[in-house]
Amino acid sequence: MIKFDNVSKRYPGGHEALSGVSFHLKAGEMAFLTGHSGAGKSSLLKLIACIERASRGNVVIDGQNLTRLKSRHIPALRRKIGVVFQSHNLLYDRTVFDNVALPLIIAGYHQSEVGRRVRAALDKVGLLGKERVMPITLSGGEQQRVGIARAVVNRPPLLLADEPTGNLDPELSREIMGLFEQFNQVGVSVLVATHDHDLISRLDHRLLTVKQGKLERDGRTAEMRDSSLRGNDGSVERFS
Amino acid sequence: MNQTKIKNTDTENRQRAGKPRGRVNAYFTHHLWVLVSSLGSLWRTPLATLMTAAVIGIALALPAGLHVLLQNVQQLSSGWEGTAQMSLFLKSGVSEKRIHSLADTLRGWEGVAEVRYISREQALAEFREQSGFGDALNSLDENPLPAVLVLFPTAEAAAPAQMELLLGKVQDLESVDLAQLDLEWVRRLSGIIEVGKRGVLLLGGLLALAILLVVGNTIRLTILSRRQEIIVTKLIGATNAFIRRPFLYTGFWYGLMGAVLAWLLVAILLGLLSDPVNRLSFLYNSEFSLGGLGLDTVVILLGSGIVLGLLGSWLAVGKHLQAIEPT
Repeated sequence: MIKFDNVSKRYPGGHEALSGVSFHLKAGEMAFLTGHSGAGKSSLLKLIACIERASRGNVVIDGQNLTRLKSRHIPALRRKIGVVFQSHNLLYDRTVFDNVALPLIIAGYHQSEVGRRVRAALDKVGLLGKERVMPITLSGGEQQRVGIARAVVNRPPLLLADEPTGNLDPELSREIMGLFEQFNQVGVSVLVATHDHDLISRLDHRLLTVKQGKLERDGRTAEMRDSSLRGNDGSVERFS
Repeated sequence: MNQTKIKNTDTENRQRAGKPRGRVNAYFTHHLWVLVSSLGSLWRTPLATLMTAAVIGIALALPAGLHVLLQNVQQLSSGWEGTAQMSLFLKSGVSEKRIHSLADTLRGWEGVAEVRYISREQALAEFREQSGFGDALNSLDENPLPAVLVLFPTAEAAAPAQMELLLGKVQDLESVDLAQLDLEWVRRLSGIIEVGKRGVLLLGGLLALAILLVVGNTIRLTILSRRQEIIVTKLIGATNAFIRRPFLYTGFWYGLMGAVLAWLLVAILLGLLSDPVNRLSFLYNSEFSLGGLGLDTVVILLGSGIVLGLLGSWLAVGKHLQAIEPT
């Protein structure tokens, strides 16, 4: 689903955000992406959503090589990727329903289909009763769940999340991660960028760690419980 | 994994089967929805919308109003062109008999509908009656007025160029002292109208440019204020066309509202003018009354408003939407 082949990203000005990153996230797989802020997590996600282009190497998403992707084909690519943002990125001048319906309207779904799918997505994140509510009146956790509903309403094969639990308390964070696991169980490939080590150490998934633009480790979250590893980056991370 | 595959193909099949008609339907539904919702968002800021529409309205009303006034003047003067006539002032020594035979000859000419003879006595009597200089005339020893043949052209020959030709021919006649076309000032007037029409066209062009700038700038501000929304929709996979659409429809509404406002303004202006004009034309014993906006003018007015609104927003959208990309 996501294939990075020796990918480097150098920004104008010379800062190299990623250098020589290679990994392969298979269809239906779930992985966490972790690392210090500035380590290259965001750049990596931006390359996947084709917000930025790789300076070297190839990024292949769902069989599509983004290096040669024409800009008019970017919208079609992004419809295959559901993105959840730390800042929710909801549109606050319209209702929860309209926010979640947006990807379907963009993709040109029929009105009746839109209503059905939006309700299904809201049901999944536990917000079925809040369709007509304006998002600003919801709590942070609820807003994040609206964002998740919007990301999955189009049933994309790939779900990206950038610090989805950044502003949430531990219990809400666990709920949100639970949702991602549920989507993964029905076959969606999931990549979650986070530095909430406490949370992911309790789960068992693949873990990609980036450090100074390089893929430092590609293992399992379970390995984090090894105290030597925690001392290496986990504990520092939590206090940074 | 297997389960997923089955699920995906199942969804795809359903989409493929249900889509073709549905897609087209959904496309038009979406357009309609954007049309209505862009009107709705204009409605929510009535003062700002009204001000923009008013600027467009006034800019359109000015050339439209002038155009209607010119049309009226033209209509008025074309009524006079139909009564074109030529006066042949005869030499004083010509006998009554020769005058009659000359009149008969002229009647036989092509392009001449009728020839009327005004004898010197008749002319004097007429002058006495109309000028109010009767007493002054009494003191003259003899009648100073020449005999006149008034020549009316046929409808086909009433055009200025043909009248000019006819004038040349009668001027060569031996008994004719002076031939005068009573059309001179009508032609001058129509010349002035032509200048006026050109002026209205140029003014209209300048004001159209102003409308483009007003709409373009308004749309530019709207785009900037909705920057975040544009970025989010681009991230979700919206095409440029999708993002452009609401702004284009907003421009459409501005243009249409401005044109309707211009229509109203011109109608009110004409309404205010019609009473004094009617009084004036009554004083001239004329049947003339001020004509309103014709259907064709209204259609052109609305059409140019809409086109200018769309074009203005198109320019703004083309320039500013490219610059907004998610980072």
